[in-house]
Amino acid sequence: MSEKIKIDPITRIEGHLAIEAVVDDGMVKEAKSAGTLFRGFEIILQGRDPRDANRLTQRICGVCPTAHATASALCLDDAFGLTDKIPDNAKLIRALVFGSNFLQSHILHFYHLAALDYVDAVGAVGDTAPFVPRYEGDYRVSGEANAELVNHYVKALDIRRKCQEMLAIFGGKMPHNVGIVPGGVTEKPTEDKITNFLWRLKEIKEFIENVYIPDVIAVAKIYDDYFGIGKGCGRLLAYGGFDLPTGKLFKTGVVSPDLQLEPFAKENITEDVKHSWYADSSSGKNPAQGQTKPEPKKKQAYSFLKSPRYKGTVCELGPLARMVSNYVQGDAITKELVDSVLGEFSAGVDALYSVLGRHAARAVEAKLVANAMVDWLTSLKPDEPAIVESQIPDKGEGAGLAEAPRGAVGHWITIKDKKIDRYQVITPTAWNASPKDDKGQPGAVEQAIIGTKVKDKDNPFEIVRIVRAFDPCLACSVHLLDARGSELGVFRVV
Amino acid sequence: MATKIYPVIWLQGASCTGCSVSVLNAVSPRIQNLLLDELVPGQQLNLLFHATIMAGQGEPVIEVLKDTEKNRKNGYVLVVEGAIPTAENGAYGSIGEKGGKHYTILRSVEELGSNALLTLAIGTCATFGGIPAAKPNPTDCKGVKEVFTEKGINTPVVNLPGCPLHPEWFTGTISVILFSGAKALDLDELARPKLFYGQLIHENCPRRADFDKGKFAQELGDPGCLYNIGCKGHYTNADCPLRQWNNGVNWCIKAGSPCLGCVEPEFPDGTSPIYEKITYEDLE
Repeated sequence: MSEKIKIDPITRIEGHLAIEAVVDDGMVKEAKSAGTLFRGFEIILQGRDPRDANRLTQRICGVCPTAHATASALCLDDAFGLTDKIPDNAKLIRALVFGSNFLQSHILHFYHLAALDYVDAVGAVGDTAPFVPRYEGDYRVSGEANAELVNHYVKALDIRRKCQEMLAIFGGKMPHNVGIVPGGVTEKPTEDKITNFLWRLKEIKEFIENVYIPDVIAVAKIYDDYFGIGKGCGRLLAYGGFDLPTGKLFKTGVVSPDLQLEPFAKENITEDVKHSWYADSSSGKNPAQGQTKPEPKKKQAYSFLKSPRYKGTVCELGPLARMVSNYVQGDAITKELVDSVLGEFSAGVDALYSVLGRHAARAVEAKLVANAMVDWLTSLKPDEPAIVESQIPDKGEGAGLAEAPRGAVGHWITIKDKKIDRYQVITPTAWNASPKDDKGQPGAVEQAIIGTKVKDKDNPFEIVRIVRAFDPCLACSVHLLDARGSELGVFRVV
Repeated sequence: MATKIYPVIWLQGASCTGCSVSVLNAVSPRIQNLLLDELVPGQQLNLLFHATIMAGQGEPVIEVLKDTEKNRKNGYVLVVEGAIPTAENGAYGSIGEKGGKHYTILRSVEELGSNALLTLAIGTCATFGGIPAAKPNPTDCKGVKEVFTEKGINTPVVNLPGCPLHPEWFTGTISVILFSGAKALDLDELARPKLFYGQLIHENCPRRADFDKGKFAQELGDPGCLYNIGCKGHYTNADCPLRQWNNGVNWCIKAGSPCLGCVEPEFPDGTSPIYEKITYEDLE
């Protein structure tokens, strides 16, 4: 017998998301994911001073604003002809600001967004909001172990706050830093700031090593069936990120399901719209030529997310993609970190393609970034510049590709008469939570849900655990809309 | 003596979640104190609904909203983060499903707002519309006060703008309410507490001496007053220079960035281009 499970809202993610699953004999046959808020950022950006994109696009998302600050700065560097002139200090400070945001985002995700699906908060603090109501049943941790995880939930609130404070040393404030700008950064790398940053980083690093990673391993041992749930599409994509004087921390690459590495070229990205509320004539375009022609009454459509594809294939983005990409490209540090965690389970890299694998990849990545940040800090040169002068060209084009906490993010700009003529953003959640494409291939999250056995349809833990493991960010992904001329009711997801 | 409990419903409209993240950055009290402890002796908040934090999902959490609105009339505080998309009767944003239909942000703010004791509009989107309401305002976004006025809702609204708002503007406002009552909040003509929004950035700016001496930065990264590269501190009302951000680590102007004017109703259209000088005449 076929039944529908509708979860609206999906909470403990960034933004507004609904999930619908059709379950047949206890197994998901069909899944739909859709955002339920539309703001129209790219339309708002048209006609503005190009530099303002660097400040305004951060406001797409308050959890990972630095991802947009970074991608837009790289995009504007490109359009302004500055890419080869960015001082080493600026690259390092940008990476330190962004790295701080990474650590806060990953720690927040595990403890404050995902953990309540595994940890029994009610057992530790009592039957009180915001820990009730909740799904009931499958909480397998109890007693002291549970109490300790709840303590770490509280401790992690402090640590993630301290990540933001560390970020502000060079970023000015957080959320929405002011330090990353086209041409470099506004803060100078003085010795007092370097030492201040270093000691804050030390405390955060210790938390990641001694609490975060052990907690992920402990939860994984108790819920080890989730290494076999939520496999996903198997094809991974990383644009590469953290642009340092010595190269990128995250390597660029496309990884096939049989772990073969393929080269990446941004020209191979297209966006399908057959199942999105946009005109079919805009389907299949590269974002540099991207168009947004809303058609909210379009039949077959069920999402305002487009379907980004690479050479027509569905890809998953995020920590899983980055860690596997680094791994298959022989990055020794990544390999050691990944192997040490997988060794706890006598598992191979293929175990990463799962609900728990995504959490493990994220935790490993936090350690990789935190360790690298120490090297970046000590590479700063206090007597050298951290910014170059910039001029807005009369016309030009630019692209900025980076890796956000949730996966690869790209910004594209066209400048005309010194103003923004076109601005396009493709976010990682747009890839991961995309609807079916023109060929009918479901998006990465949809594929991860399809085939899952749901034990209790009133408490479908399996579905929310799969969705949250991707760390969706909806504010990032649904920003393309000219809302005029549509009618109430057309946004129904069902 | 029994602890007095204030239920809180926190709705997110057309927002980036940045104001929630900012409140998570609160230092004293910390967020765990806001959630779990008596905030001041004998009085405590009880966060019944917050989509980013709460354990539950789906229909049961929408039931929490229905129950609060019905059974706690004038007995809860409504916090709104994010603007309210009003075009097409609110169709551009919903917070969940209610009765088989999208529960729009507009309808939820109307319903929960009508029955609240008090509404705190936090962040510039919820107060004045902010970036979602910037030209051409594709979804006809509005702030809470404007929506309340149009719908004839009389619940008092306190505006706590900022992009995002400073966590202490939130915890400080709650403190005034708990210690002295909402009527003790001394608000300016834009319904902002003067305690936090009562002075110009310019009045307390550490670069004020540079302004007085005529020493102006010409490029980002230069020393001197940032007026010529777009600083809006001369007409922006907030205590950032005194309070600073992120536990006092830094703030925009100290970090070498012009003030964006993010607490003002003109943000962002009237305060941009961000890196260009804007005079009082430009603003009128």
